[in-house]
Amino acid sequence: MSIATWTWILVGVTFAIYIIVAIRARAVSTGAFYTAERTIHPVLNGMATGADWMSAASFISMAGVISFMGRDGSIYLMGWTGGYVLLAMLLAPYLRKYGKFTVPEFIGDRYYSQSARIISLICAIFISFTYVAGQMRGVGVVFSRFLNVPINTGVVIGMCIVFIYAVLGGMKGVTYTQVAQYCILIIAYMIPAIYISIMLTNNPIPAFGFGSTISPGGAEILQDPSTQGRYLLDVLNGIHKDLGFSEYTSGVRPKIDLFFIVIALMVGTAGLPHVIIRFFTVPRIRDARASAGWALFFIILLYTAAPAVAVFARTNFIKTVHNVHYEHAPQWFKNWESTGLIAWIDKNGDGMMQYGPGKAITGKPKYTGKTGNLGQALVSNLVTTDPNELYVDRDIMVLANPEIARLPNWVIALVAAGGLAAALSTAAGLLLVISASISHDLMKGVLMPSMSEKGELMWARCGAAGAVVIAGLFGIFPPGFVAQVVAFAFGLAAASFFPAIIMGIFSKKTNVYGAMTGMIAGIGFTTAYIVYFKFINPGANRPANWWFGISPEGIGAVGMIINFALMHVVSKVTPEPPQKIQDLVEKLRYPVERVAGEKKISTDARKPY
Amino acid sequence: MTRKEELQAYWKQNVTYITILLMIWFAVSYLCGIVFVDQLDNIKIFGFPLGFWFANQGAEVIFCLLIVVYVRLMNKLDRKYDVYED
Repeated sequence: MSIATWTWILVGVTFAIYIIVAIRARAVSTGAFYTAERTIHPVLNGMATGADWMSAASFISMAGVISFMGRDGSIYLMGWTGGYVLLAMLLAPYLRKYGKFTVPEFIGDRYYSQSARIISLICAIFISFTYVAGQMRGVGVVFSRFLNVPINTGVVIGMCIVFIYAVLGGMKGVTYTQVAQYCILIIAYMIPAIYISIMLTNNPIPAFGFGSTISPGGAEILQDPSTQGRYLLDVLNGIHKDLGFSEYTSGVRPKIDLFFIVIALMVGTAGLPHVIIRFFTVPRIRDARASAGWALFFIILLYTAAPAVAVFARTNFIKTVHNVHYEHAPQWFKNWESTGLIAWIDKNGDGMMQYGPGKAITGKPKYTGKTGNLGQALVSNLVTTDPNELYVDRDIMVLANPEIARLPNWVIALVAAGGLAAALSTAAGLLLVISASISHDLMKGVLMPSMSEKGELMWARCGAAGAVVIAGLFGIFPPGFVAQVVAFAFGLAAASFFPAIIMGIFSKKTNVYGAMTGMIAGIGFTTAYIVYFKFINPGANRPANWWFGISPEGIGAVGMIINFALMHVVSKVTPEPPQKIQDLVEKLRYPVERVAGEKKISTDARKPY
Repeated sequence: MTRKEELQAYWKQNVTYITILLMIWFAVSYLCGIVFVDQLDNIKIFGFPLGFWFANQGAEVIFCLLIVVYVRLMNKLDRKYDVYED
């Protein structure tokens, strides 16, 4: 069967699964809509969190980004996993003990202030919309690349699916579909990774494979017998040197910048509302801790394979394409030429493809629809004078993997289904945050406190539905600023929620004045820095102009430090919080207080699992 | 010890665990993976320069182990101070 047939079948089957799951698990109360009645087993919650967390970017782009960045790419690997340690130890168990529905609700109650709640709910909505825009676009892109439908049709199909299971099922429906989506995405990622690892190094575990020696079969594929028996990374370093790149295992970015970016990503992860609310769905406090561990376990299955895929793909790419005559170019190269992810411009007219560090063309390839004398697709872009003749999109490192490994068509189709699963699961998690912020925090919490549960549930569904439509519009008409502000989502989460929640739990004396000053200063500072370098004066966005050499991606870490410092100082000089609040903080710290005659299961879980 | 003191001892022990584990968390990622990465890269383990390995895989795997250790320590501590949920 052809790739397209297989893709339609697999995508159809997975979508059918999501819808069936959603109908079976539809939510009929606000408790089910916001927290799945707190009945999710920690292992299942770990899987759901993994799918919730790993977005289209993790699945499609991350390995490619790393393969172009070398060791510096590890900032994403560390930054997007380290936050779970913070979640497990500093946030999840205590917020679960609090036993309410949303993050803004906790902040509003802890700091006994509606304004604090409103600031948080605006941040939550802003962060989630920034993030969800990219996901809907990702759905459209996967559809267009694998199924040749227009991107916009893909976005609309994705919208319909998410609409059904997020609006109907709420958190309960989303959780179970996310579990299914995790299974699909991890299988889709690992099969090609394992195959390529075996092909090149005879090691079935990709994470070990990229530290192994190249097998005889691998040397044959790389068309260079001299590589046999040498360590893969040594070979790649050698190739990099020959072509004029810096060594793959070395880094070029300044350490201080890396340091702050990793802090911002880790803390941002721990402060992202769609990740935090996943921990509200487990029955007990110790389940919240355990499910953070399971979540990280399921995430590192993919995250330890990603750097391996990066190395395999990069070595294979350079070896089989560089200095090879176009007539002998690998089949996958020719297949992907039409997608705009790869292009070759024969600058010196020798018919050979030369690769190097510079840019081959300006911007993304624009195809003229004509082919050159050797059958290569021609582009209309401005050609640079750099000797590099190849344009390579980072996404191709994952998307073309199954073809590079010469895997059967159904595996290629599975990668498409996996990419869709990754994008849809993250989108659903974000939509829930938006919906809960609107119905629970804004409508019920601020505007109409006397609303009935039924009314609130109605608002929650409307909020989710409205959010799906807006997210879809963002996907169809991608605002140019989305790519610029994704770093902003992390920076903002790091500079706003994280310090407010941590201090709310670990310091009884932090009061509303400290929290408000800290949050406003942290958000204001981070926003100003990013807006200045990304929008007002993008030309100045160079290390020489950055404060202390910290890029806009890492500035959220400084915003966080400012927030913490102000919170501490201002709380010292203003009246301490009421006794009632201090008692509340005290209570958060213990799973149960037996003497107080508390129930054995601390909060209102209907039944454990 | 009164119940109140007991609970405070529980919290203090929890904070100690967190502090120690987060020091390891900091060491494997920020120190081994960023600050001293070039020095560690001079050591080779199989095909990996050690610093490169920490940044790409070591830190992530150790993060996961840290949570496992914390979960186990806390389950024990919950039992010891009778705040364990059945």
